[in-house]
Amino acid sequence: MSFLSTLYPAYAEIFLLVMACTILIVDLLVVNKDRTVTYLLVQFTLLGCSLITVATHEPGVTHLFHNMFVDDLMSDVLKLLSYLSVSMALVYSRNYLLTRGLFSGEFMVLTLFSLLGMMVMISASHFLTLYLGLELLSLCLYAMVALQRDSATATEAAMKYFILGALASGLLLYGMSMLYGATATLDVAGVSEAIKHGVPNKELLVFGLVFVVAGLAFKLGAVPFHMWVPDVYHGAPTAMTMMIGSAPKLAVFAFVMRILVEGLQPLMVDWSVMLMIMAILSIAVGNIAAIAQTNIKRMLAFSSIAHMGFLLLGMLSGNIEGYGSAMFYAVVYVLMNLGAFGMIMLLSREGFEADKLEDFKGLNQRNPWIAFMMLLLMFSMAGIPPTVGFFAKFMVLQAIVSAGYLWLAVAAVLFSLIGAYYYLRIVKLMYFDAPESHEQIKMQPDTSLLISINSLAVLALGMMPGTLMSVCVVSVRQSFLLH
Amino acid sequence: MIFGFHLLSVAIWLPIIFGVLVLATGNDRNAPLARVIALAGGILGFLVTLPLYTGFDKMTSAMQFVENHDWVARFNMHYHLGVDGISVLFILLNSFFTPLVVLAGWKVIEKRVAQYLAAFLIMSGIVNGVFAALDAMLFYVFWEAMLIPMFLIIGVWGGPNRVYAAVKFFLYTLLGSLLMLVALVYLYNHSGGSFEILDYHALPISMTAQILLFIAFFAAFSVKVPMFPVHTWLPDAHVEAPTGGSVVLAAIMLKVGAYGFLRFSLPIAPDASHKLAAMMIALSLIAVVYIGLVALMQSDMKKLVAYSSISHMGFVTLGFFIFNAYGMEGALLQMISHGFVSGALFLVIGVLYDRVHSRQIADYGGVANKMPVFAAFFMLFAMANSGLPGTSGFVGEFLVILGAEKANFWFAFLAAMTLVFGAAYTLWMYKRVIFGAVANDHVAHLSDITLREKVIFGILALTVLAMGVYPLPFSEIMHVTVNDLLVHVARTKF
Repeated sequence: MSFLSTLYPAYAEIFLLVMACTILIVDLLVVNKDRTVTYLLVQFTLLGCSLITVATHEPGVTHLFHNMFVDDLMSDVLKLLSYLSVSMALVYSRNYLLTRGLFSGEFMVLTLFSLLGMMVMISASHFLTLYLGLELLSLCLYAMVALQRDSATATEAAMKYFILGALASGLLLYGMSMLYGATATLDVAGVSEAIKHGVPNKELLVFGLVFVVAGLAFKLGAVPFHMWVPDVYHGAPTAMTMMIGSAPKLAVFAFVMRILVEGLQPLMVDWSVMLMIMAILSIAVGNIAAIAQTNIKRMLAFSSIAHMGFLLLGMLSGNIEGYGSAMFYAVVYVLMNLGAFGMIMLLSREGFEADKLEDFKGLNQRNPWIAFMMLLLMFSMAGIPPTVGFFAKFMVLQAIVSAGYLWLAVAAVLFSLIGAYYYLRIVKLMYFDAPESHEQIKMQPDTSLLISINSLAVLALGMMPGTLMSVCVVSVRQSFLLH
Repeated sequence: MIFGFHLLSVAIWLPIIFGVLVLATGNDRNAPLARVIALAGGILGFLVTLPLYTGFDKMTSAMQFVENHDWVARFNMHYHLGVDGISVLFILLNSFFTPLVVLAGWKVIEKRVAQYLAAFLIMSGIVNGVFAALDAMLFYVFWEAMLIPMFLIIGVWGGPNRVYAAVKFFLYTLLGSLLMLVALVYLYNHSGGSFEILDYHALPISMTAQILLFIAFFAAFSVKVPMFPVHTWLPDAHVEAPTGGSVVLAAIMLKVGAYGFLRFSLPIAPDASHKLAAMMIALSLIAVVYIGLVALMQSDMKKLVAYSSISHMGFVTLGFFIFNAYGMEGALLQMISHGFVSGALFLVIGVLYDRVHSRQIADYGGVANKMPVFAAFFMLFAMANSGLPGTSGFVGEFLVILGAEKANFWFAFLAAMTLVFGAAYTLWMYKRVIFGAVANDHVAHLSDITLREKVIFGILALTVLAMGVYPLPFSEIMHVTVNDLLVHVARTKF
């Protein structure tokens, strides 16, 4: 077998890298401001990646590059969902960025490189690859937030994001070095093996674990490491906020799975307590603080903190169903988040961000269909059936109740009742209040079509959640039990 | 049997499909078309439920018209529908009211007509789903989905304080529901992975767990009924909701909560139900007596009927928790009768409100001079609300008092107070609104009810009288089911 053909599990990553570099050069030759050629090339790249990922899929778990890279069902599913998410985000943001002069080749190349970072994270089975993927993703995101150079808030957000993100990376790296010190290996499976065989220095191990968990919590945006989330979500241009809040969450989920579940499973007693505290604090702080917000991007930032709390709840139950529920939650969250930010961008126009809560006033009178789509998204985020958000919460609750944490389930639902209030307020503004302007909402056909599909998917998945649930649970099971 | 065995699915989805069709008519330029489609949907929706009654086997308490398909295989959830002698009546009641509500909003609702009518049709289907669901999760999905259209109905087409009322309604009911969700998840794990409600009925559960389950279900259902300390959302919601919304709230929504007690609390936690019966009876009697007195003091007609509803629903929960056949059948008949009567009263008030735009009793007086036909109908419904023999209101109240007498004289005594208070607040309101000299210019310019309104009231008046004179068609359906339920509840579950 030739060297190249042994690389087939990483073909998608290689293809993406080649295409990203090509697009970087091709974009120099594109003269028109619309960047249509670049845009289409990017979408084509994403399509190509999906086809390659599907075509190179193999049952079972394949390792590559001396165990640094792993290809399993979970990684393939998450990668496909990431392509979809990035592709949707590009459709949503195109018009928004065009009117603000930000739809540049750099943006698209950064997007592709951040996607590459996510894919590396998703497929990493070695602490070094994990870290490399994370840094690739993060650095692209920092740059994207800072892309709007003339905006003070965006620059401030980028600064905050960068400093706190770098701090988190530092924590993570420090923790990893401790783990290396305790186990003498950086291979995720090797770490797990070493701990199972007993390490002389348990304190060192747990010490490292604390730093690793703190770093992960930073990246997830879970309390008490959540301070950057509202500022960055608020300050960044909406398109960038959408990029930060969507696909990377899938990658971070995979990251948490690889480190905690695959590598540090023997230490579960230790990390599950940490996750429990962070989860319940996140749900509490996220939901309560969101009530006080007047800016919808900031509100969604706090809501994302609460959602990440739910995701962590799913993780801490410590069984396959629980991990599956966390994955389902992540996927559903990304879908809802794309819709919500897509809606903000749909309503915005030149010189108007549509990011205040008041901007949603009377939307039902201005455009009933769009208002209904937003209603579905909001009820889904609040976890009201028959939308898929309900089943995401249900699955997590079921996982923690079956793991014996009945009180956690009660606390989580009580806080999500508080959460229902602020989602309801958006619905109230759209349906009960009179509009402040009767200006026609200018909609691009592709955006409005996509937002309809997105919201109706939230409804349809809520009525028929079985398949997606099974995909999540099965992919987690196949990826983490076979070896 | 039409539509094969899928009668219940049709009862659920037909109104919803019509609702979507109505929505598709778009903006208010097509309002006449939307109204016609909605009315057709409502009437068709009622007609398809009739075979549920005619084809019903009265001799068994087993579920009938059963449909069972896989839904979410991973969690063993099924699309499992079926009705017994209790739920079938409520499906009929609900479907009966849908066309009436459409008619009631025919002229009055002028803005966003299609959305208004669609919300009612969709809700009608969802409520049928609540009554027909035999899978706990399916029940829960319908149960919560019900909140969305009602929230919009109150908030968009309601009165001046509608936003407060809508949000309060939503959060109050959601709080209860979420605790029920945890209870259902617990039962799923406890039963070894089943969401079948009927499996839960046979499931042995320890006393502590039963009490916790009972409290969780109590949180969900008592809010919806509503029972005494958690009733405060109802007057707000009723007052602010448009007429159709009030009708559906009073006639249908409150019944959903009481139905939950019969389907979940009593059979799943019978020992806890017996243990906590004293509390339930106390709360019910407080509702009957205290809320009856509160109703007496209301100056707003809708608020008065809202409090009257709480008081009457106290009767229902009282009937459930004295654990005898009189009490339970009486309570069920009371639920149905209350559906007709309170629905009718809200429609009556709606007629006055449409003309004068006030719900204050003080703004009326001498309406009989200008609206004699209306006054006659109002009289009948007021009498039924006070429990006059010969009207439907009497049957249920009488049976519950009889049942309470068997349990304890004082229960019966306090419950019977409702006959006094009910008559007092209803008739006093009637007197102030209808009789006397013409009070002001508004009343002087009143015109009597139109043919459309006569049709609505005529149908309701006939039903109220028929049920009062000959309640057998209602009671014979539920008889076997109620007896078997009582036998089941009497058995301990340890």
